[in-house]
Amino acid sequence: MRDVVITGVGAITPLGVGARTLHTRWTAGVSAIRDGEAPCADFDATDHMTPKQARRADRATQLAVGAGAEALADAGWCAGLPYDAGLIGCVLGTGIGGIGTLEDNHDQLRDTGPDAVSPLAVPLMMSNAGSAALSLEHGLRGPVFSVVSACAAGSHAIGTAARMIEHGDADAIVTGGAEAPLTPLSRAAFESMGAISPSGVSRPFDARRDGFVMGEGAGVLVLEAGDCARARGASILGTLRGYGCTGDAHHITAPHAEGHGGARAMTLALANAGLGPQDVDYVNAHGTSTQLNDRAETAALKLALGERASEIPVSSTKSAIGHLLGAAGAVEAVATLLALRDRVAPPTIGWEEREEGMDLDYVPAARPLARRDGEAAVALSNSFGFGGHNATLCLQA
Amino acid sequence: MATTATPQSIEDTIKESLVTFGADADAVTRDATLEDIDVDSLDLVELTQVVEETYGIELEGSDLKDVKTVGDVVDLVVAKVG
Repeated sequence: MRDVVITGVGAITPLGVGARTLHTRWTAGVSAIRDGEAPCADFDATDHMTPKQARRADRATQLAVGAGAEALADAGWCAGLPYDAGLIGCVLGTGIGGIGTLEDNHDQLRDTGPDAVSPLAVPLMMSNAGSAALSLEHGLRGPVFSVVSACAAGSHAIGTAARMIEHGDADAIVTGGAEAPLTPLSRAAFESMGAISPSGVSRPFDARRDGFVMGEGAGVLVLEAGDCARARGASILGTLRGYGCTGDAHHITAPHAEGHGGARAMTLALANAGLGPQDVDYVNAHGTSTQLNDRAETAALKLALGERASEIPVSSTKSAIGHLLGAAGAVEAVATLLALRDRVAPPTIGWEEREEGMDLDYVPAARPLARRDGEAAVALSNSFGFGGHNATLCLQA
Repeated sequence: MATTATPQSIEDTIKESLVTFGADADAVTRDATLEDIDVDSLDLVELTQVVEETYGIELEGSDLKDVKTVGDVVDLVVAKVG
């Protein structure tokens, strides 16, 4: 089986434009949450595409195209694709696709009538618009599709992409996730089910947590077959060592309280990597700041990692940028990779009060990883979605 | 419905719409082909919505199947508006 390496990363997040911006600011303890939300305030679509392209893309797709351009440049693909275009694919995740477009066109339908609905409505709101746009923009003609699994979609996309490279469906896949859910219906819907933090604070694993803070953004990684990347002399940022995914079959929104499904995803990812709990240096948690997730994820970590669970730093990117839904796993994979490369555990910003039974090391302040330079450091990155979808990536750098 | 529509105002409306859709303003001339200025079928549907709303006319998809240039579109709409 071929190994899968990461040669480029890109991210547009509430902390700013750029993967390294995300890493640097999160590690420095900067939070991008303002008034209970985390928008990508620095993002201007026309910095990344022509006015025509921008007009033909929902904000979720615009974010994906921006992050994708950074990732491809980072991979050294500026001068052209390194392999036959038919062997380069694109697999992106999203939770809800172009919901802003859907809402705008529903307003037109209700207020003016069916003739006022835009001919661009379907191509903008379809959940596969992001992978289609990156394929068009860069001429990617291998496997191109999108993955939908709520808040696990970004990780499912990356894991699926890695599998396709391992099996020879592609030599490289541009993968990740994008989401632009800061719209009236989306806000109202998540608020209605009690998922959004009424205090407007994202405090994963803290006893005072009261829900998630919604954010928007995109993360994109360039995955390549290791043999191909080495043959072209690519600069390799890290390795996607393993992937595991499971279903809870428990409840449409609540995770299993004992974390069985999440634990199995972590165990499968480690087994796929040929590693065990003793090899894990850092966990990038799903850590949403909801009562249910953070408690169940703590239980899952203990199940999967056993005695080592309390020794491993566990932090949540969502403390800095909120919950990016279907983009979360992708942005967090980017953040995890860069943290491993810097040998640092970024913080769970705002974690102060321990809840009984939630006794892991949630990293209240950034600190160096124990693993020394020169040795490979290993991390797990968890994503769990409504519907009982669990996906874990195992990264090494 | 604009009762003061003139061939010139119709041409201006169409050109402004094409620029809004992303065409280069300097390239949008009567003689420019739709292909030259990257106007595709989705743009034409949007343009149809604009002129129907502005001038109260009805255009069918078949009306547009033979248009090649910006001038062809203008002439078609001018003829429909009467």
